[in-house]
Amino acid sequence: MKCPEICVVIPCHNEAACIGAVLNELHRQLPEAVLVVVDDASTDDTAALARVTGLATVLRLPTNLGIGGAVQTGLRYAGDNGFAVAVKVDGDGQHPASEIPALLRPIREGRADFTIGSRFLDGGDGFRSTFLRRIGIRLFRALNSALVGQRITDNTSGFRGYGRRALEFAAANYPAFDYPEPEEVVLMGRNGMRIVEVSTPMRERQGGRSSINLRRSVYYMIKVIFAILMAAARPRKMQKETAR
Amino acid sequence: MNRMQIVMLLGSLFFLGMILHQVWRQRLKEAYALLWMLFGGMFLILSLYPPILHRFAALAGIAYPPAALFALTLLAVFLILLQYSIVLSKKADEVRRLAQAVALLEERLERLERLERLERREPREP
Repeated sequence: MKCPEICVVIPCHNEAACIGAVLNELHRQLPEAVLVVVDDASTDDTAALARVTGLATVLRLPTNLGIGGAVQTGLRYAGDNGFAVAVKVDGDGQHPASEIPALLRPIREGRADFTIGSRFLDGGDGFRSTFLRRIGIRLFRALNSALVGQRITDNTSGFRGYGRRALEFAAANYPAFDYPEPEEVVLMGRNGMRIVEVSTPMRERQGGRSSINLRRSVYYMIKVIFAILMAAARPRKMQKETAR
Repeated sequence: MNRMQIVMLLGSLFFLGMILHQVWRQRLKEAYALLWMLFGGMFLILSLYPPILHRFAALAGIAYPPAALFALTLLAVFLILLQYSIVLSKKADEVRRLAQAVALLEERLERLERLERLERREPREP
């Protein structure tokens, strides 16, 4: 078996509408990559549809863990199987596969351990975004930039690249609840990972529904801010590092 | 011994007996029984030696000693509920780890089974 290169982690929950198209696009753009679909106990045919494409390894969770637990499953797979680099894309096709090489470039060049595909690097804070969402984006930008000591424009982007060091760290320490993206940035930054943002155009989701609706977003915001502050207060040695 | 003391004594004894019974029947883990027994024992002692309650009430600035009893009960319930939340959080972590391990192992098993089927269909050259 030749040394595996890129592992693309695709967390899915009821994405039957677009998983096939997402996998086909990823395979067309990155034929050498290993695609790993993590099906978070979907109630539709997501897993079966991913399997019949023959393009992906499908990890099927027996119970719904939420996006954080699903992503961590994929990152553990990548970590266990010796991948040097991993990418996380959302299962709804928001993240163009053609942008993955650009996302990974800073890692390949040895400039970064962890990269974020940012919608806002060239200014702006959310196209066609709701008022509440814009507030959240600005709040996380201010909070996370201060805690990490580096300007991070897009803390809610789910388009992320991992070098080997960040991969091993995330496999053990990924925030295991819904809406983990902002906390991940703080965890990475506070634990010595070099973060680089890469300007990335993103599409409207191709199908399925967002896991965050308006009613719950205030609750999530409070929960995530609380988690971020706690993560920042924790000294490095308290992280699980190699927890299994 | 006044009536309140007798009720407290019987109540504490019944409560402690119930907890011991559950541990004996292996329905309650020793680790979780200990906190309950600690508070059951505390009420038993208070019912046998009421001056302790009076002393405590005076120290805490509670004018009416039976109110101190309520305060202690409330404290006990809070601590036990907190213990539950901690145990629950730990269990959630364990369930997540297990679910992830199941998903990873299942994929490995499928891969191995596929390999085995292939080998059976194409036996190796002698």
